[in-house]
Amino acid sequence: MIARWLDSDFVYSLLRTPTALISLIICLVLAACALFAPWIAPTDPFDMSSIDLMNGFTPPGVANEFTGEQFFLGSDDQGRDLYSAILYGLRVSLFVGFASVILAMTLGVTLGLLAGYLGGWVDAVIMRIADIQMTFPSILVAMLIYGVARGILPPNARADMAITVLILSIGLSEWVSFARTVRGTTIVEKQKEYITASRLIGLSHLNIMARHILPNVINPILVIGTITLALAIIAEATLSFLGVGAPPTEPSLGTLIRVGQDFLFSGQWWIIFFPAVTLLVLALSFNLLGDWLRDFYNPRLS
Amino acid sequence: MLSMIIRRIGQSILVLLIVALVAFSMFRFVGDPVSVMLGQEATETDREMLRERLGLNNSLLVQYGRFVGRALEGDFGVSYRTGESVAAMIADRAPATIELALFSGILATIFGITFGVITAINRKGFFSQFIMTTSLIGVSLPTFLIGVLLIWLFSVELGWLPSFGRSGVTQLGSWWHTSILTLEGIKSLILPAITLGLYQMTLIMRLVRAEMLEVLGQDYIRFARARGLPLRSIYFDHALKNTLVPVITIIGLQFGSIIAFSIITESVFQWPGLGLMFINAIYHVDIPVMSAYLVMVSIIFVAINLIVDILYLFIDPRIRDAANAGASE
Amino acid sequence: MSLLEIEDLSVEFTSRRGVLRALDNVSLTLEAGEFLGMVGESGAGKSMTGNAILGLIDPPGKIVSGDIRLQGESIVKNPERIRGSHISMIFQDPLSSLNPLKTIGAQLIETIELHTPRRGTAARERAAELMTQIGVDADRLSAYPHQFSGGMRQRVVIALAMASEPEIIIADEPTTALDVSVQAQVLDLLREVCSAHGTSVILITHDMGVIGHWTDRVGVMYAGRLIEIGTTNDIIRSPRHPYTQGLIASTPTMDANVDTTLYQIPGNMPPLTAIPDGCAFNPRCPIAEDKCREVIPHLINDVACHLRSET
Repeated sequence: MIARWLDSDFVYSLLRTPTALISLIICLVLAACALFAPWIAPTDPFDMSSIDLMNGFTPPGVANEFTGEQFFLGSDDQGRDLYSAILYGLRVSLFVGFASVILAMTLGVTLGLLAGYLGGWVDAVIMRIADIQMTFPSILVAMLIYGVARGILPPNARADMAITVLILSIGLSEWVSFARTVRGTTIVEKQKEYITASRLIGLSHLNIMARHILPNVINPILVIGTITLALAIIAEATLSFLGVGAPPTEPSLGTLIRVGQDFLFSGQWWIIFFPAVTLLVLALSFNLLGDWLRDFYNPRLS
Repeated sequence: MLSMIIRRIGQSILVLLIVALVAFSMFRFVGDPVSVMLGQEATETDREMLRERLGLNNSLLVQYGRFVGRALEGDFGVSYRTGESVAAMIADRAPATIELALFSGILATIFGITFGVITAINRKGFFSQFIMTTSLIGVSLPTFLIGVLLIWLFSVELGWLPSFGRSGVTQLGSWWHTSILTLEGIKSLILPAITLGLYQMTLIMRLVRAEMLEVLGQDYIRFARARGLPLRSIYFDHALKNTLVPVITIIGLQFGSIIAFSIITESVFQWPGLGLMFINAIYHVDIPVMSAYLVMVSIIFVAINLIVDILYLFIDPRIRDAANAGASE
Repeated sequence: MSLLEIEDLSVEFTSRRGVLRALDNVSLTLEAGEFLGMVGESGAGKSMTGNAILGLIDPPGKIVSGDIRLQGESIVKNPERIRGSHISMIFQDPLSSLNPLKTIGAQLIETIELHTPRRGTAARERAAELMTQIGVDADRLSAYPHQFSGGMRQRVVIALAMASEPEIIIADEPTTALDVSVQAQVLDLLREVCSAHGTSVILITHDMGVIGHWTDRVGVMYAGRLIEIGTTNDIIRSPRHPYTQGLIASTPTMDANVDTTLYQIPGNMPPLTAIPDGCAFNPRCPIAEDKCREVIPHLINDVACHLRSET
């Protein structure tokens, strides 16, 4: 099984494309860092007792002039270890990214299947909504949903629910591309004769959708999913940077960059530099990986 | 052809009504306008009077109709936060955003098409490879990071350009103000315009390149080559024109997203436009401003889509004929 | 000296998985005013020969050896010089051969101004004249390609190919995409227009019927090699190469008895990745001997067969 997989075109092409291979490795490493952040990070950036204000603005690799403590990537204005903050920020960024892609995917695939398979007014309604939503850039849609959700929540619950609201906003703003692709493939597959044959031998609609149509859309979903993940990570960072995303109590990479921007002029470059580089590497790797996947499954586009 | 345009206008109005319904629902159901406007201490009689005055006791359909009617007159109520008229806020801030969007849109289109054609024709060349690699980073780089990077380079390190704000503003008439008439003003426009336009430029460039490559593989290009037409004519006359329909679509759609990305850019550079107003509205849950912004942006998007559709008719005779055939049926 | 001479022409495609020989030592000649048919299955190298003459082989394909001479001058190095002016080409699909966004007139005038001294009004008049020659109303110069039927479009393509008054037209499956009823009209038109100007034609097709009616001489291709060449009459009446014999025997004729089953050549033409040693046809050949499996037969006395090249 593993041997067969290693021998497949997929692995062959992956090994032959250095950018894709490196991107994949970086993605996996960053994901592992995020997953194991509590064990890797030297300090817990949320534990106020471990933070010493005296350690504020320590440059990377230099001992603090008052406390003598050293920080690998320096410390921020509060004296928080930046390396730990980035690991935890990566955790928030990736969590929001993955969760919103899964939400978008579930919603998009379900609606796309229904629209393509049932046709008629169901199709018309779903696709009109998709069309109208597509008219607006998804970041704007996400912001609106975020604003509305904040409006609905009582003010004291806003900070606690911020991450959930963020996932909801990004997830709901990205479902359309999944739905469109799945609908297209479903319509093509539905017309093939084996579907009619399955109906004749008495398979239920649900069964046909799950067993015959869904397998045909897995590859495009994988491609769109990877690309959307890059988009979702950027969207999350953008919202957090603008102050309408992850709260200061649970900072993502975007929040860290927002904080760091204030110190750009006063010379504490590292506070913004390291989170920004991490975000850049993260977004770029997922983008490159998505590009390669798309080319692999649809060589005509390359 | 006319009937097709009319049909498209009808569809656009339907879209706008649906967006207005969303905006109205936000306005009506998110938060309680009465308690926001009167505060928690108001008496029940005061509340009831305000409800009556705002028409909140009428049927929803009537309320929606009134919302649309007032929106048509440019009346979106008053901001929860500042108590200012929303329409006046928009009018005050629109010139800054429009100027920024137009400036960066034009930059993005000119450079996007030029680079796209160059990289498609000369795929393996050093310049093309360089542009393509850079563009990949450009696409992956979030807009706000580009802004921060430019501020760091041109304001902090080099000190050439201001890092925030819109300065050197000249008032033109009673309703327009511009920053392009003074050197100081132009300087303050440069960094935001590049930040806003870079992503759009990359997108246009990659699309033009992809479309050019697609078209260059077509039989009529082979036939044009077989007829011995010079490469210049094949590339710029035969090929580029055939890429225009999708390219114009994307430029049109991109203009929409320039509006959206202006929220980010304006926030990074504290540019006093509509985007900054919107992000503040979201932060403070200022629903009237949010819903007004939504309606305004959708009017712009729908108008652009309509213009794009009409442009197709001028470029592609096949679409023109189809439109005419549809009209005569 | 013939009008066009192709000598030992080989074309190779280099890919990750190895080198493919798409044309293998093809030699043939074309005389002025002649209609030469090229016949064979898809992938046999007919179109490749046409593209090679015009220098339209795109990388990774490459002419690796041999020469192509027009009126004694080699054109392999700089095909741009003759492309469109001395040799034109007509492709299979007339719809996709025409630029959809330009009027027929614009495309014709563009070609006329490029290759002839006529400019402006003179070019327009010549375009109208060409339209009349192909039997299309000159008013329709201002029409767009999609406004024509398939047969009409292919007529326009012929007019475009003739616009530069070339010595040779290469017609690559010019009627395959058309309705059968229109095919004959278009080919008759091609024959008529070319005969009037003394233009030679290389007619690439897989249809023996087309060969029989509209060509003077025929080359038969198989797996990138030219295996037999001769006058149309000889090839159809008395083919010598076993493949040509099979090809003729498997062509339906109108007067054949409906009850007789058509002959089929057993097997398929090998892909370029798996050409057998010796004669490429040997695995399917009913008369193959040991020598056929070892030595590639060369074209001797117009046939490339170890057993049939003696006259």
